[in-house]
Amino acid sequence: MTTAVRTSTRHGTGRRGLVKRPARTLAEIVAVLVAAVVAFPLYWMLLTAFKPTGQIQSTDPRPWTLSPTLENFRRVFTVDNFGRYFLNSVVVAGIVVLVSLLISFLAAVALTKFRFRGRTVLLVMILVAQMVPVEALTIPLFFLMRSVGSVAPWFGLNHLGSLVLVHLAFSLPFAIWMLRGFVAAVPDELEEAATLDGAGRFRFTWQVLFPLVAPGLVAMSVLSFIHAWNDFLFAKTFIISATENQTLPLAILVFFKPTGNDWGAIMAGSTLMTIPVLVFFVLVQRHLVSGIAGAVKA
Amino acid sequence: MTAQSSTEPDTARRLPPPRAGNRRRPRPRGPRTNGRTAALYLAPTGIVLLAVMAYPLYQLVQLSLYEYGQAQASGGAPLEFRGLGNYTALLGDARFWMVLLNTCGFAAVCVLGSLTVGIALAVLASRVRWLPRTLLFLAALGAWATPAVAGSTVWLFLFDQDFGLVNEVLSGIGLESMEGFSWTYDRFVAFALVAGEVIWCSFPFVMVTMYAGIKAIPGEMIEAAALDGASTWRTTRSVLMPMLRPLLVIATIQSIIWDFKIFTQIYVMTDGGGIAGRNLVLNVYAYQEAFAGSSYGLGSAIGVVMTVLLLLITMIYLRVQRGVGEST
Repeated sequence: MTTAVRTSTRHGTGRRGLVKRPARTLAEIVAVLVAAVVAFPLYWMLLTAFKPTGQIQSTDPRPWTLSPTLENFRRVFTVDNFGRYFLNSVVVAGIVVLVSLLISFLAAVALTKFRFRGRTVLLVMILVAQMVPVEALTIPLFFLMRSVGSVAPWFGLNHLGSLVLVHLAFSLPFAIWMLRGFVAAVPDELEEAATLDGAGRFRFTWQVLFPLVAPGLVAMSVLSFIHAWNDFLFAKTFIISATENQTLPLAILVFFKPTGNDWGAIMAGSTLMTIPVLVFFVLVQRHLVSGIAGAVKA
Repeated sequence: MTAQSSTEPDTARRLPPPRAGNRRRPRPRGPRTNGRTAALYLAPTGIVLLAVMAYPLYQLVQLSLYEYGQAQASGGAPLEFRGLGNYTALLGDARFWMVLLNTCGFAAVCVLGSLTVGIALAVLASRVRWLPRTLLFLAALGAWATPAVAGSTVWLFLFDQDFGLVNEVLSGIGLESMEGFSWTYDRFVAFALVAGEVIWCSFPFVMVTMYAGIKAIPGEMIEAAALDGASTWRTTRSVLMPMLRPLLVIATIQSIIWDFKIFTQIYVMTDGGGIAGRNLVLNVYAYQEAFAGSSYGLGSAIGVVMTVLLLLITMIYLRVQRGVGEST
């Protein structure tokens, strides 16, 4: 965001002389207030996760606590096999990211730097694939995974492999589309120089192109990760009976009980589910913004 | 977008370009054909997409033409071809029309809401100094990053009937009737609550995209417009908007696609579609019909309807946008 700072001061004063100082101060107050409102649910989640049960089940909730406790987290980890679910989510999202990184990069290179028959058709197909509402495919995918399971149990129902497969497929079209912009931005002269230096197509792809499109790869990875990590529908549909293979979203819902929701545990679980994504997001936010901008320009 | 995807004219694919002048980046050498390497690079993607997307899409349509219930799913009973039977059953069902109306209304509110909030905050962010802007972006990134399930549970808790902060604050400021008010009971209140959560977690995408767009506009351009005596409104309308239009189109399409097929938020926040299913949207409806009601054929028909509708809406939107873009 450092670049944004400079441009904005320029814009703030030079760009429009119309924005006067009091107007800007007002805008800044509004911005801070809006930020507080937007961030509030997250604060409330975090706060509740550390509140003792008595304060959570109070009809007079307070926006602070003087007696923070890890009781909710302890309950989440002991009563329910939360650690296992967490690991499951990490495994699914991690594999999806790694594999989609590799194969979407290859596809993006082929679609951008190579010329061959049917390229335009393929590009349009990738674009159309992005618009397919994958959630509508739940039913056929359920049956597909069921039959896959009889051949390769690891990729069948009740196994994490089925989730990896679907999320891989769903994240590919957008990943390719996004990476295309980054690959296209690498000048062709570089390839010629590399060829003159004796690098083959393969070496050029991995040793020159790959590092150059790293920002795009980072942005793409984050989006694939989040996609897989957040999934609720497919985890709910595919992991029917094997509770040991459930992922985080379902584990959290266990604490919704007809006899009264265990809000402390729900918020602790939600916090644990949110933190990795949040950290990831904040770390790569600059790449994310440029990545989206890149995808948009492509 | 379709127009942009084919930057290379069709003929340039194999033949050397007749005139390099009308291409954006003239290539010094004639284009080469790399069919084999390309096929190799595209193979993994192709296999995955064919197996896990194209084939299921075909199966979805096929399933929707059959009577496919518990008996067939567990493997015993023979398939019974119904033709368009599932569709006529669907179209004759008042419940389906209600769900369709729910979906369209809900998606429209969510799309408009996230666009309005996102654009407004992008403009706001471009007018303030570093600290408030960073706070704004951090908050937005936080909302964006929050998984749908986690976001839904937090909102549910904030608006909880007994222990929720919102009811407490509202009754604290004099609205006594809000004490013990259920935000998930009434159909429209429940929809509004879910829409609030959806807008909360989807406006950041619009905001970040539009902010990037605003930043990409050279300051000189606005200065020039100002020198020519254009008012702020006029500058916004005639200089900024045309430059932001492509981004706006993308943000809108993404929002439509996301909000039309919402599942998690509705499922978690209204406990599977609300009381007597009055908060159902198409996606949840298809899921319930198939996996709770064991009507896989009917569920698939709903899935087909949803897919077709989504494609239609997107295409109409693109067509209209192109028309508007050409006329200005």
